Amino acid sequence: MFQQDLANADCIVIEGSNMAEAHPVGFQWVMEAKARGATVVHVDPRFTRTSALADLHVPIRAGTDIAFLGGLINFVLTHELDFREYVVAYTNAAAILREDFRDTEDLDGLFSGYDPEDRAYDETSWQYEGTSVTAAAGQRQSPQPGASGSATRPVGQGAGDEESHEASQSEQAGSGGITVGGKPKRDETLQHPRCVYQVLKRHYARYTPEMVQEVCGIEPAVFLQVAEALTANSGRERTSSFVYSVGWTHHTVGVQYIRTAAVLQALLGNMGRPGGGILALRGHASIQGSTDIPTLYNILPGYIPMPHASKDRDLDDFVGEASGSVGYWGNMRAYTVSLLKAWWGAAASAENDFCFGHLPRLTGDHSSYQTIAQQIQGNVPGYFLVGENPAVGHANAKMARLGLANLEWLVVRDLQMIESATFWQNGQELETGELRTEDIGTEVFFFPAATHVEKDGSFTNTQRLLQWHHQAVEPPGDARSDLWFYYHLGRIIRQKLADSTDPRDRPLLDLTWDYPVHGPFDEPSADAVLREISGTGPDGAAVSGYTALEDDGSTSCGCWIYSGCYADEVNQPARRKPGREQDWVAPEWGWAWPMNRRTLYNRASADPDGRPWSERKKYVHWDEDAGKWVGPDVPDFQAEKRPDYVPPEDARAEDGIGGADPFIMQNDGKAWLFVPSGLADGPMPTHYEPAESPVPNALYPQQANPSRIEVRGAWNRANPAQSEAFPYVVTTYRLTEHHTAGGMSRTLPYLSELQPEAFCEVSPQLAAERGLEHLGWATLVSARSAIEVKVLVTERVRPLRVAGREVHQVGLPYHWGPNGLVSGDPANDLLGAVLDPNVHIQESKVATCDIRPGRRPRGPALVEFVESYRQRAGSGSGLLPEGGRAPIEVQT
Amino acid sequence: MKTWLGAWPVVRQFTDGDPFGRGEAVRSRQTDALVPRTASADRVVRSICPYCAVGCGQQVFVEDEQVVQIEGDPDSPISRGRLCPKGAASKQLVTSPSRVTTVRYRRPHGTEWEDLDLDTAMDMVADRVLETRRKTWQDEVDGKRVNRTMGIASLGGATLDNEENYLMKKLYTAMGAVQVENQARI
Repeated sequence: MFQQDLANADCIVIEGSNMAEAHPVGFQWVMEAKARGATVVHVDPRFTRTSALADLHVPIRAGTDIAFLGGLINFVLTHELDFREYVVAYTNAAAILREDFRDTEDLDGLFSGYDPEDRAYDETSWQYEGTSVTAAAGQRQSPQPGASGSATRPVGQGAGDEESHEASQSEQAGSGGITVGGKPKRDETLQHPRCVYQVLKRHYARYTPEMVQEVCGIEPAVFLQVAEALTANSGRERTSSFVYSVGWTHHTVGVQYIRTAAVLQALLGNMGRPGGGILALRGHASIQGSTDIPTLYNILPGYIPMPHASKDRDLDDFVGEASGSVGYWGNMRAYTVSLLKAWWGAAASAENDFCFGHLPRLTGDHSSYQTIAQQIQGNVPGYFLVGENPAVGHANAKMARLGLANLEWLVVRDLQMIESATFWQNGQELETGELRTEDIGTEVFFFPAATHVEKDGSFTNTQRLLQWHHQAVEPPGDARSDLWFYYHLGRIIRQKLADSTDPRDRPLLDLTWDYPVHGPFDEPSADAVLREISGTGPDGAAVSGYTALEDDGSTSCGCWIYSGCYADEVNQPARRKPGREQDWVAPEWGWAWPMNRRTLYNRASADPDGRPWSERKKYVHWDEDAGKWVGPDVPDFQAEKRPDYVPPEDARAEDGIGGADPFIMQNDGKAWLFVPSGLADGPMPTHYEPAESPVPNALYPQQANPSRIEVRGAWNRANPAQSEAFPYVVTTYRLTEHHTAGGMSRTLPYLSELQPEAFCEVSPQLAAERGLEHLGWATLVSARSAIEVKVLVTERVRPLRVAGREVHQVGLPYHWGPNGLVSGDPANDLLGAVLDPNVHIQESKVATCDIRPGRRPRGPALVEFVESYRQRAGSGSGLLPEGGRAPIEVQT
Repeated sequence: MKTWLGAWPVVRQFTDGDPFGRGEAVRSRQTDALVPRTASADRVVRSICPYCAVGCGQQVFVEDEQVVQIEGDPDSPISRGRLCPKGAASKQLVTSPSRVTTVRYRRPHGTEWEDLDLDTAMDMVADRVLETRRKTWQDEVDGKRVNRTMGIASLGGATLDNEENYLMKKLYTAMGAVQVENQARI
């Protein structure tokens, strides 16, 4: 859903987000809904600016949202409050599972297929009866390492290999689902004991209001208020929406948090409808764009996976059975070939597999924290930091700094002298004596960057909307855009290699790299790059969209989901028809991928026959006279496909999707309540305690996510679960007046004045227990480090009664570091790096700590102080050898 | 006729019926002559706020090739003219006195920053890339073709434009670097 559509919601649950504080201008749409009569609920450990404007604030223990949302699912199923017609027609509720599937109820918190040795699942037993499944976007998993190129894992064969740890699956599913081979058996009465609906019901049966209280600390009466608001405002006539941010993603079960909301919203029939859906509020101007056109290791533009060494030997292997399967991923070959043509142009031909061999191959997890662990070992000589400040912004920022200190060369591109450029000059480890400036061999190049008003380009905002920013002035001095830097770096490298005959240099020399330049600094044309991203046809003209892409090399397209953003030779993201001159959807402001659709899966806003579910919630519907789908948005469906269309048996790609199947990126066209393939940690969300938790898991003997990823070494020690040394919960957060690691806010006088000092929020009860004084200093300690901040004693944080005891939570904004106009200890020094197995995002929204009054020790005494905690907790020693190069420890 | 005392704003607050000093009482010839920076700007350029992902529209006011003000764009159907404190402060991103505008260089084991010419710095980085790539190149791992270097990594922020991310991914992939990451995972 998009932000303005929040105004159409009858109930909004904001959870894992402090929207009023972190996305204040978007929050006007929540207030708009409230003014129209909507109920606004805020579920959060702290009472915040969002809570203050909500109808109901629900305090929750950090890290227990699956128990809460699972409780809501149980409430819906127990009272049969699901939108039955929607559920039967549009979800996989009726699909029947295999006989050998075992639930967490049967296996003490594990699903069938778990291998404790490699801490990974084999998904075979999660399949529908009589089908096989593979990831839609190519072969994300191989049946056996080294096996033939078959993309499908046949049922009853194959075991989880290393790749089931890989982040790629869920992220690729970000624009598409998983391929189900064959049609599952269905029981549309939903009574079959092995149908998804009944399996789901059993899975959540113990998530009762009393259990929610036991796990989350939420009183049953308050829980029921939320359950009733949500269910009363869902169905044919009404819709509810969820809003989340990194309060949901920064967990070792982050993907499953969002899955739980997706299951709930699918059961309530709230997907694809006005005022319904799940709005992910992303935190940066183009963080959505950075995922779509990824600077991420595991994907190529448009969520096409990076090829893997063990299986993707050639293009045929790579596209495998995805090519020709049902759903839009069935055209994956066309998307991939068009990308290869965009990159390698004339050099890419059918004879040479369109230069598919030019792509480097993955062999495992190459995500950020693994790279840092390798940097510390001295295995990664070169590093580029481009508008990123890991010395403050990464969980376990000390680990990031140790990585920087063990490079050969580092390029930093930024506006200001950030901590990641000055770690050798004033890094915390110099004061403790763990590093010495003269011993640090890293060569540092600082390149000043251009601001957003000094260059042309597009950002993709949180609702997939591309918006163009125009250059207003030239950048000062040596400052240049990142477009300039990479274009000219590529140009110089290619010049230096011009005479090379080494086949390893072919990928660089074959690149299409001839962008027009302009202005006093030879700035490359961002407009020309956008046109390449959008794609061109056989005649060289801009294509209308991805449906025009071919797999024979006649078309070129840098990112298939963005295809059409330069349709009609017009820079579509630069469109600025004023909102007041358009209807509320405002389709002529900017351009949303795909194909300028504002609400995904909007065919679900009509019933199976194509009629609006209700007049009140009318959006996209079938117009029999016109013979097409109509509405204020671009229909997310083939425009002229009738609602009664039944695909022939052999139909492929979009033609295989039935007329009443709205979820067109899935190859069964359904929303998935149960995920038979594509998730590393289970087909249904299950409550696990955070890696660092003060209490035992009340639901299962399995304490934490069994598939979570740990990065082990003396530089990343863990606080053991239920440790007496670290008895308190800590959760980090943002303030309106600062931005992430502070490079764009602690350097600005206005913002620094507004929020001058690092602080923590504690309840009066915790303050009394630990002798903390309002406006005094506190030292927070973990197995990683200790930091000092000012104390804010406030009733906004209150202790929760959980597992028969009081649990105290500490709130900690994380924006400060040693540089800038206002400075302070980085909160991220406190956090550890332990990761979600699907997307390798760290658990930075919940950890444990100790808190004590007064300032922290300085110099070498700080190291001894933290080491004494580690000894007490049994965390293992964190003392570092010279240069910080403690080895990576193999997981046992 | 008003005396000097009668013209004193504190007195006028009470004599002119403006007890809180929010209207006529605080006006003077000088304040009446003030013109907002937005009025004297040479041009207004349309932009988008670079902070969070709401995507508020911005109007950038330029005078004598300098940014003099940044305000919310009332045409945006998302933000409807509003900006939060960060967006409203974004002029200082451009004009901040602590902004670094020249290349800085720290040699290995060095204790101070040094100056470096931009072209020289670009050339040095290109050399570092090529040397590291040669030194760390892998044709195969465990008998499987990988065609890559594990010696070069990158971490980008999510204020990068789409076009910038695109060129980064394209160039890194062609040079064989796979450890390419972004704030989007953080």
